[in-house]
Amino acid sequence: MVDGSVFLRRELMIRFVRAFNNGSLETELDRFPVKMRPRQDNSSRCCIYHDRAVIKYRLMNLLGFSCEEETDESRTLASYYREAVKRDKPADVAEKLPLSVCEAGCSECPSSKVVITGNCRGCFSRPCMYSCPKGAISVVNQVSSIDYSKCIKCGKCTSVCPYHAIVKTTVPCEDACPTGAIHKDNDGHTRINVEKCISCGNCFARCPFSAILERSQMLDVLRALKNGEKIVAMIAPAAASQIAGTIEQLFTAVSRLGFSDVIEVALGAEETTAREAEEFREKMNAGEKLMTTSCCPAYVELVRKFIPDFLLHVSTTPSPMVFAAEIARREHPGCKVVFIGPCVAKRVEAARKNVDYVLSFEELFAMLAGKNIDVISCEPWPIPRPAIAAARNFARSCGVTEAVISELGGFKEDFQLDAKAINGIDRKTVAMLKMYASGKLPANFLEVMCCSGGCVNGPCSLKK
Amino acid sequence: MKKMQLEICCGTTCYMLGANRLLNIENEMPSDLRGKTDVRALPCMGLCNEKELSGAPYVKLNGQVIENATAEKIYEKMRALLEE
Repeated sequence: MVDGSVFLRRELMIRFVRAFNNGSLETELDRFPVKMRPRQDNSSRCCIYHDRAVIKYRLMNLLGFSCEEETDESRTLASYYREAVKRDKPADVAEKLPLSVCEAGCSECPSSKVVITGNCRGCFSRPCMYSCPKGAISVVNQVSSIDYSKCIKCGKCTSVCPYHAIVKTTVPCEDACPTGAIHKDNDGHTRINVEKCISCGNCFARCPFSAILERSQMLDVLRALKNGEKIVAMIAPAAASQIAGTIEQLFTAVSRLGFSDVIEVALGAEETTAREAEEFREKMNAGEKLMTTSCCPAYVELVRKFIPDFLLHVSTTPSPMVFAAEIARREHPGCKVVFIGPCVAKRVEAARKNVDYVLSFEELFAMLAGKNIDVISCEPWPIPRPAIAAARNFARSCGVTEAVISELGGFKEDFQLDAKAINGIDRKTVAMLKMYASGKLPANFLEVMCCSGGCVNGPCSLKK
Repeated sequence: MKKMQLEICCGTTCYMLGANRLLNIENEMPSDLRGKTDVRALPCMGLCNEKELSGAPYVKLNGQVIENATAEKIYEKMRALLEE
């Protein structure tokens, strides 16, 4: 079973698409919150009115507006819709973030704290007291107690208690953020710092209240398709692990949405592999110490914002998406391109690299559901030239490394390959990355994927 | 004993709203139920359009429709069938 927040997000997307297809979106939008949480219904939050407010903000994001853009609380969704259909390009995400915090949905979790629960038995050996490096724990009235002026939240006591009586409370979004971009403002409201956010989507994926929302471009794509514009869909290789049915069936399904062609981003990955291997060889022969991959856009943002000196070690080879867009434009001059994948950060990269739209797998499937297109009932699409397996494997951690190694395989080199990978970005691996950057950890080829396991586990993957 | 027929709707709507998690159900079943079903993925049964989206995901157990299907719900129905 998908969890409550994933269910609501997907249900809303499907309803949104169905209403668009019926031509009734403008009139339906403001009714959605009530329709989905009628008076007799059980609420998921404190009351149906709270649920309805959150649904409203989710719809705003589906229309492409962030919650932070709201200046007039009484403005109707229909009015946002009318503004949205006037734009000829999706709302900017390069300068303003693709992620936004829904204040109505946010539980404003209290700051992380170590707490002694009622399970404490005031035991004789008192491992909590003896393991505390700051002497913050004492036993008062046969129960352990913490002096918060001394506690550094290291959590040692939580792991030594034989009764599991000490817990560390967390703020999931803040914990998930690898760069400390999420913080509370003076009023206690959660905010994302634009300067620090790398759009990895960790907070989006982890918030149990689903209060971090993604600004969608789905309406822009739906409108362009309806207007009969020439658009090529580029499907990220992570798709294979997400669907019932085959990639070939998925391509047929996607083409039925009205796209003029469907291509594999893995074709671009072939080009990336060839060029990245060549670049690596040149750099090593020129005596450079280290080169890292560049296809994970959140990683590139991370370097740009936090380790700028390291940028010269990041491969300059364009990502598979950029090459796939070139292929699409070569084969269909004048076309627009849409990248479809599991990634939040690709929205930022796309805006910088002239890719017209980005859809998540969830949005793609909502579009299919809205038209009652079944992937497993589709005929297989005759893919003219399927991408090689190594390129399709880019979506898995170490896939890029394997592809580049096999590309290098045929040559005798003067240097020894020392490939390492960072599989998933969190605070610890950011610290590791800095050690690679300063040469304290050895490697000459470093693959970095911000999502643990690779793109297949991206924040907008369908596996959830 | 004849195996029970468990059909999971893999229409796009059901798939997105939870059927994706049910496809592997055979390997996750508790030991008393394991090996007693044939699991099949079905194309859209059209049920999601009838009640808007409120019943997805749908599965059929020996032809009987289960709406808002979860693994637990399926196990419960399976046990009921076994007792009959």
